[in-house]
Amino acid sequence: MLSDVGVSVPAATQPRRRPKASFASGRRLVLIESASLAAAIVLPFVLADRTDLITLATNVLILSMLAISFDLCWGLSGIMSFGQALFFGVAGYVIALVGRDLEFSALWGTLPLAMLTGLMLSGLFAAFLLLGRRPPTTIFVALGTLTGSYAAERLVSGWQYVGAGNGLSSVKLLQLGSYEFVEGPAFYSLALALLVLVYAGARFLKRSQLGLVLAGMRQNEERLAFFGYRVQLFKALVFSLAGMIAGLGGALYSYHQGFIGPGNMGPGLSTTAVIYCLFGGPGTLIGPVLGTAAVEVLTYALADVDAIKQFWPVILGFVLLIVVMFQAKGILGLVVSDRERIGSYGLRRKR
Amino acid sequence: MALLQIRGVSKSFRTLRALDGIDVDVEAGTFHGLIGPNGSGKSTLLKAIAGAHFADSGSIVFDGREIVRATPYERARLGLSLKFQITAVLGELSVYDNILLATQSGEKLASLLLSSKRRAFDEEVTALLERFRLIDRADDLAGELSHGQQQWLEIAMALALKPKLLLLDEPTGGMSPEERRITGELLEPIKAHCALIIVEHDLHFIRDICDRLTVLDQGKVLDQGDVESIQRSEKVQQVYTTRV
Repeated sequence: MLSDVGVSVPAATQPRRRPKASFASGRRLVLIESASLAAAIVLPFVLADRTDLITLATNVLILSMLAISFDLCWGLSGIMSFGQALFFGVAGYVIALVGRDLEFSALWGTLPLAMLTGLMLSGLFAAFLLLGRRPPTTIFVALGTLTGSYAAERLVSGWQYVGAGNGLSSVKLLQLGSYEFVEGPAFYSLALALLVLVYAGARFLKRSQLGLVLAGMRQNEERLAFFGYRVQLFKALVFSLAGMIAGLGGALYSYHQGFIGPGNMGPGLSTTAVIYCLFGGPGTLIGPVLGTAAVEVLTYALADVDAIKQFWPVILGFVLLIVVMFQAKGILGLVVSDRERIGSYGLRRKR
Repeated sequence: MALLQIRGVSKSFRTLRALDGIDVDVEAGTFHGLIGPNGSGKSTLLKAIAGAHFADSGSIVFDGREIVRATPYERARLGLSLKFQITAVLGELSVYDNILLATQSGEKLASLLLSSKRRAFDEEVTALLERFRLIDRADDLAGELSHGQQQWLEIAMALALKPKLLLLDEPTGGMSPEERRITGELLEPIKAHCALIIVEHDLHFIRDICDRLTVLDQGKVLDQGDVESIQRSEKVQQVYTTRV
């Protein structure tokens, strides 16, 4: 007769009940999002005549798009991209060249063009890095995007047509009809409106059933393949969308600064985007925005302190190291629970 | 024609020949057990069927289609569903969301983005939660479930795909005797619409639910047939008494 050859069977561990979350603890992310939006709306009125600070705030809004773009890749989908600045910078160059060579800078044409540039370029990278027969490793994607970013920086640094190492300056002003956007409250309002749109879109994606696929993919992509999901296709889609957002940010940056240079598409800015996101809180969308604000405001505040200024990149590097080692969920991870950060897609209710 | 036809499947890992010319047929609506001593190739065969490993040679025909080089995604779309040996529930998602994720896997991209069927899936997800006794834990994180409940959740997720063939790798591993009994009860009703290949060390459990058995030993088919004939097989008894 057959005998039972079973392995020893440990008793199933008893489930541990989780304390019920209070309303406030389950809604902290929404409160932070609302407070951030309210602060961003009143900021120009508070700053009033401080044009330098409004310029700084506008920069934060624009760079937040780059940070959100990285968060879509890493925080939501588990794609480690060290090359988000590539799509940001290339789109910035494209609209600067369109302004210079075609004398065209109408908002209705150039911003969609920048988004299309980011989308197509990131789509090409996605096809190469993500859509192979076998799933790529995280390291392969990270190195592939980093290499792309580095190669593009080196390429434009030696290309006279695009200003070589000096970049393109005196970028034509962004126009809406006969109105020209210059630094100040108007550009701030435009950047804020576009950031809100981008944020709302990313938030919609995160909370959709597609967001659930991304959340599952980030945790165990092999498992999702066995469910019948074409994981790499989903990754390529999100990566391309993220590139489109970075492209929009790059165009706004180029118009706002009146300048775009090789450094705006290189590993330096790509890594800074990683810092924005990891410092603020990956996977939350609002975390990277707050991370951008924190890093940029600190950079601005310390710019005049000579003793610190020259070491600032090193300090930023240490900040990233400390965050990765001790607070991988970023500053928002201190106040927002994992459950809220990841989100809930089913019906959370007592049955 | 059998739902699954395996012919001459071999798989090696470096110098180890894990599968050596395996031939197995699985008919629709039957429960088929894979048994054998540790290292006999049971899990490797299951993974070769599901696509976690590619067979080095041989043929695997599922529902009339050759799948030996198909990806796991393609096999899942054809109606193959695997429950891993080591539980692979998505611990940071709720129990409900784990099943929803499996349930919605056949949806188109636009439908997922617009969440157009979220409510429609609710009934399906709830039914599975009730059937697998997880309804009271629906809102809890999957990682907080006991081991036995995670195994049930895995089976529920595998069934949510509405497979034609379900592959279960040690579904009662780590379960208490009571949980094993319940697992048997939970699996019984699926016979009406789904075939099953099960790898299990608990031979009492496998004898109770399976129609046919294939016994593997050192990567080869030692014997196969209905449960009674395998129980009488001297070759099988010899392997179990000498190696186990």
